[in-house]
Amino acid sequence: MRTLTISFSLFLAIGSMSARQQVVGTIEKNPGKPLIAVPDFRAAGTTAPSLMATFNTTVQNDLLSSPFINFIPKTLYPLRIPQVPNDLAAGEASANAKPAPTPGYRLADWYAPPAKANYVGIGYGADDRGLLVVFGYFYTTSPTITDLQQAQVFAKVYTASLDQAGAVDAAHHYAADILAQFGGQSLIGTRIVFVSDRTGSKEIWIMNWDGTDQRQITKYGSISTFPSVSPDGRTVAFTTYANGYPAIQLFSLETGRKLPFYNQRASMNAFVSFTPDSKQIVFSSTASGGAAQLFMANADGSGFRRITNSGVIEVEAKINPKTGTDLVDVSGRSGLPQVYRMNIEGADVQRLSAGTGEATNPAWSPDGSHIAFAWTKGFEPGNYNIFLMDAITHDTIQLTAGEGRNENPSWAPDGAHIVYASKRGRQSQIWMMNADGTGKHPLTESGNNEKPVWVNAAK
Amino acid sequence: MTKQRISLALFTVLVLGLSAGCGKKIPPPPPPAPAPVPENAPPSTKPVISYFTAEPSTVTVGQPSSLRWSVADATSITIDNAIGEVSPSGRRGVYPTATTTYHLTATGPGGTAAADATVTVSTPPPAPPPAAVQPTVQEILAKQVQDVHFDYDKSDIRSEDQAILQGDASALKTVFQMDANFAVTIEGHCDERGSAEYNLALGDRRAAATKDALISLGVPGDKLKTVSFGKERPICTEAMEDCYARNRRAHFSAAQ
Repeated sequence: MRTLTISFSLFLAIGSMSARQQVVGTIEKNPGKPLIAVPDFRAAGTTAPSLMATFNTTVQNDLLSSPFINFIPKTLYPLRIPQVPNDLAAGEASANAKPAPTPGYRLADWYAPPAKANYVGIGYGADDRGLLVVFGYFYTTSPTITDLQQAQVFAKVYTASLDQAGAVDAAHHYAADILAQFGGQSLIGTRIVFVSDRTGSKEIWIMNWDGTDQRQITKYGSISTFPSVSPDGRTVAFTTYANGYPAIQLFSLETGRKLPFYNQRASMNAFVSFTPDSKQIVFSSTASGGAAQLFMANADGSGFRRITNSGVIEVEAKINPKTGTDLVDVSGRSGLPQVYRMNIEGADVQRLSAGTGEATNPAWSPDGSHIAFAWTKGFEPGNYNIFLMDAITHDTIQLTAGEGRNENPSWAPDGAHIVYASKRGRQSQIWMMNADGTGKHPLTESGNNEKPVWVNAAK
Repeated sequence: MTKQRISLALFTVLVLGLSAGCGKKIPPPPPPAPAPVPENAPPSTKPVISYFTAEPSTVTVGQPSSLRWSVADATSITIDNAIGEVSPSGRRGVYPTATTTYHLTATGPGGTAAADATVTVSTPPPAPPPAAVQPTVQEILAKQVQDVHFDYDKSDIRSEDQAILQGDASALKTVFQMDANFAVTIEGHCDERGSAEYNLALGDRRAAATKDALISLGVPGDKLKTVSFGKERPICTEAMEDCYARNRRAHFSAAQ
């Protein structure tokens, strides 16, 4: 069930004015990352209470996995948990009561140790005419803001289906609204395309960004793999042996149907990358004879022309999503595979990876500032880890270590998360981590799952 | 007088003297009896087999032959091979399944006579041994066209594979002569260590290099197709060097 988010006029309470959507109060700029507290929400009603555990866990996970804020552990929270602005008003009113009331109803209680929060989110859930509604509020605790109304950053109602999926959905939206205050982009509506063999053959699959709702796209019973996605979130390109030879096919992510694509006569056509406007592609083909080279064409494969002529293997072209005028690829020019950069005409060739080991699977961050890739750096062939390279300085940091074979990184549109494949033992699964290497957790578990590609929300 | 006459005379004298000495008079010995007269003998002829024949003397299995005979002066005439007692002359049809010699025995007071008659049963000439089974093109492909192997990250044909390539070329030329419509796909494969993407292109290079090498050995190029399976179709999965080496291969299959 689609989630509706409605901003509404807050119920009239003592001394409170109606609040509107988005930012109402003030966001204090902090030198470090903002410290956020969100205590568990409870619910009234018959069904809603059983869904709130899921809501609370999802909110916490989303906030924990954001690089923009620090989430304060719930063990440090005050004992009294406010649920509505009225509770905070009552807390203010009783500020000087004797004896001092149990802390928690005043924003100052949250600002004080041990919580030391810069912001606190409060709210509650309820059944409402067969739906789950969650009232979510967000306040700054800055002591310089004394007016409760001004301290409120936003107030929103989230409506969702009265079930676990609805609780997850409402939670994602609430957390996204919090993170949006600090520059965090919502991942809601984004998905991940990947390859799974759980049906007995490699097929193209898709799932929500959080691993839910995994669905099969192709049913060729052949080998279908190497997916990539258009920036407008509408098209998945992949390579399939369905007609005997590895050839490119395009499917619409809206209709689930095959789209027209012209494959040149070649023993191999694969590895499509779309331009930022989703109208053209660069791909790899043996159409010229000899080793696979890079070609450019319209998104349907027409109007093709070759752009490299290196005489060695050129694969995995990835167009810079920020500029659209340069690309990285994997080339055999140095011998073992390395990551190279060139302009979209195939000129100004420059090696980016160090030249040792094997470097493959390059992936641009959405703002073009970094390239994630898989590298065997210093280790035996096949021992890949995910590395992050600064696109300008080429400084590189390692994001995975000692946890199996890690490859095919792909960035979330928020530039803060990376999805990748990790093979531990004989099985490969898809994992997600923050772009700094923290917060690693698996998204799949059934069969072998690999080659994830993040899909932007459809535009 | 000769010595003999003297001896005889002396002997006679001696006998007479001895007998005379007994004081009796010995009568002269009776004259020997005449030789006995022979009794009436039976007729002296043995049985006579005028003829004992088989006509025709050569038959094929299932065809009859006629035994004919005529015997005289016999009281008992038998033919073996389960025919038994027969009359002095007659004929009998026989259906031997194999060459058979019939033995006629005629027995009579004068003795025994025997004769043979042979019926030769000819069989169709034995079938020639089945023609040596020619291998099919699929069998030649499976058994005589062997995989070619490669070093890590390489698609060059190695010198140690030259002999295999030559054997493959020879077998493939035979195959294409046997069946003008047959085509072969050369599959390029890689071991599991490199990235799947790079390996797709590397497998393609291996298939192409193998095809080129075979063309230079005289195999018709238009009968050779190439495809890469990258590392998608391993024949073993152990994380060990000898499994890696087996997977780095060009393999031959019938083109679809």
